[in-house]
Amino acid sequence: MNNKKLFGITALFNTPDEIIKAAEKVSDEGFTKFDVNTPYPVHGMDNAMKLNPSKLGFITLSFGLTGTAIALFFMYYTQSIDYPMNIGGKPYFSLPAFLPVTFEVTVLLATLSTVIGMFTFFFKFPHNNHPLHDTSYMKKVSVDKFGLCIEADDPEFDENKIRELFIGLGSSEIEAIYYPEDKDIKMFAPKFLGFLALIAVITSITTYFVLNYLLYVVPFSWMSNQDKITVQKKVDFFGDGFGVRPAVSGTVARSFLPYEYKGMPQPVMPLTNPFLADEKNISLGKKKYDTFCSPCHGYFGEGDSRLRGQFPNPPSLHSEKVRTWQDGEIYHVIVNGQNVMASYAPQLSIEERWAIINYIRVLQKAKNPNEDDIQFAKKESQVNVTK
Amino acid sequence: MLQNDSAYVKKPLPDIFLRFGFILLIVGLIMGVANFFISSERALFGYLLGYVLLVSIGVGALFLIALEYVAGADWSVPIRRVVEYFAAIVPILIILAIPIFLNLDKLFHWTHPGNDEILLGKAPYLNTSFFIIRIFICCLIWSLFYFFVTRNSQKQDTSKDQKLTTINIRFSAVFIPFFAITITVAAMDLMMSLEPHWFSTIFGVYFFASSVLASLSVVTLGVLYLKNNNFLSSRMTNDHLFSLGALLFAFINFWAYIAFSQYLLIWYANLPEENFWFLHRWEGGWAVMSILLIITHFVVPYALLLSQPAKMDPKRLRFAAIWILFAHLLDLYWLIMPQYHGDANTFISYVLDIGFPLASIGLLIIVFYFASKNKNLVAVGDPKLERGLNFRL
Repeated sequence: MNNKKLFGITALFNTPDEIIKAAEKVSDEGFTKFDVNTPYPVHGMDNAMKLNPSKLGFITLSFGLTGTAIALFFMYYTQSIDYPMNIGGKPYFSLPAFLPVTFEVTVLLATLSTVIGMFTFFFKFPHNNHPLHDTSYMKKVSVDKFGLCIEADDPEFDENKIRELFIGLGSSEIEAIYYPEDKDIKMFAPKFLGFLALIAVITSITTYFVLNYLLYVVPFSWMSNQDKITVQKKVDFFGDGFGVRPAVSGTVARSFLPYEYKGMPQPVMPLTNPFLADEKNISLGKKKYDTFCSPCHGYFGEGDSRLRGQFPNPPSLHSEKVRTWQDGEIYHVIVNGQNVMASYAPQLSIEERWAIINYIRVLQKAKNPNEDDIQFAKKESQVNVTK
Repeated sequence: MLQNDSAYVKKPLPDIFLRFGFILLIVGLIMGVANFFISSERALFGYLLGYVLLVSIGVGALFLIALEYVAGADWSVPIRRVVEYFAAIVPILIILAIPIFLNLDKLFHWTHPGNDEILLGKAPYLNTSFFIIRIFICCLIWSLFYFFVTRNSQKQDTSKDQKLTTINIRFSAVFIPFFAITITVAAMDLMMSLEPHWFSTIFGVYFFASSVLASLSVVTLGVLYLKNNNFLSSRMTNDHLFSLGALLFAFINFWAYIAFSQYLLIWYANLPEENFWFLHRWEGGWAVMSILLIITHFVVPYALLLSQPAKMDPKRLRFAAIWILFAHLLDLYWLIMPQYHGDANTFISYVLDIGFPLASIGLLIIVFYFASKNKNLVAVGDPKLERGLNFRL
């Protein structure tokens, strides 16, 4: 008698029907800690062993749903919030285009979590070395025998009783299995880890070779070298050699409708401001004024340039002339330029030009208030104080 | 464990089965004919809807038979007769097509192309005589397969000859390519050519997915009814039901995959030649129908059939099968009815549209009754029956 620890008692059977009958009998006898090993899945085994449905599905489901959520949120955040890009004129959040990716990520997370969950929760990673491995029993059930093993920590375990039971069931071979003596975790054996590292190195080298050399060899390079016209390519088809065609004459970009007095002196009938000076419009005007106008005109329109004399300082926007100008006359200067000032038409859309004018009016009112404005401002401040 | 008795007792179907079929048929026909008095054109579209429903169930059932033989499946042998008797509708499809042949000019506007260059270009294919020839050939191929396979299957009940199974396997393997072509032609002719300017190469596959789904749900309902009333072998278990449920679940996903593939490509390219078909189904009330179709034809049945117990519980499976059959009807309605451009759009017309599909279901039940009369409801002579009855998960 050796002092090895007993793992369980195994029995081998010859046909699938015998193993089903044996599993039924063993579970009827009240054994719960037993397992069946067969060379292929035997239909009806779950029922015969009285197994509960596997809980693995819940891991798959929850990780699959997590994948769906991650994919959708990632695409929503990157494509619609953080860096919205117009792709083919579709909405920033266009669900049909996102569905294939969502599906892929769902499947990816569900399958990976199933495999990893199976290893960790059910195979107790890294202790994956089962006592049944490396036994003659396991070799036989991997070929043509059907095996059953009752484990020693089953509450009903009684070696002699079980041997009688197996003989009664017509087992061809009964064997006791002991725990292996070495307690090493096989997963961390140098041979195994070395093999994993070797695979990693080979995969890296192959990937490097494929991406840097193979893809530039002839049949594979057809993917990148196509006959189509790209932006910077010289093209013989057109006379001027450019692939990208210039816009047809008369083309008008969006929100850049041409100005009707372009290049003319101040008109007799200037345009009227079509935009209401509301909070949103004025704050747009302030943003654009600070960017494009303030370098020369100063933040408050006083003509105090920040450019340290590199350009002649412009006149103040608070002069009698500019204050009595109509909105359309200021608009004319923005679009046409005046003296040293260049045209700002290419930088500013129509709405932004009028918003700047509304903002200039605010600056002017703040510098030169009339009696009504002062009364109004006092009233406002009193209301605010009493509040 | 092993038994050599199929535990099947032959008994005739009750009269109430037939009576139920006749009630559905008569109520449906009355509603359909009432629709004729309001608008004959709308009623014709309703008739086409009922006809396509029968085509999808009958031809889908033929596919299920062929699939069993080709794949060598065991589990479906105890229920193959149910599929065969549902497929018995196939030989009379050609007779039912006659009202459509007589009214082609009212249903399909390619019959009068006028000066439309696209329609004139398609005229060598889309013309009245070739249309009738195509439908006739499709029905002929289906009927030939039906007669040949079921005759061998019935013969086997008495002769127990294993060779008949071999012959049927070969015949099924030959039939499947023909099936692929005929169902594509039928789908294109009967539904897609209602809008002859449109094109979609996946349409035939779309109809294939929904027709297999339709026949599977009808077969599931039939099997559940017959099993509950002990007309089938008493050795059948819920594991057989699980297989039906699993196939239903698979084809729900397949349908969604195909439907989405068709939509995604057209949506992405956004070409006016293609997208108008979907845009038309996004106008007014059709938008609600389009959203409902996604929910009823994919989301709900997916949730209903996801878990293993749902596929094995007869009550839950029956609910899912009825739901899917209804969703299939909604799908066909969504494919066909937007092409009706008449003005009979009152509430009563919408209600009466259900008439012909109801009559189709009634006719299906009646045909099942007479096809199975004096015959076995289980293929008792099939050499794979024993293995099929022993099927366990």
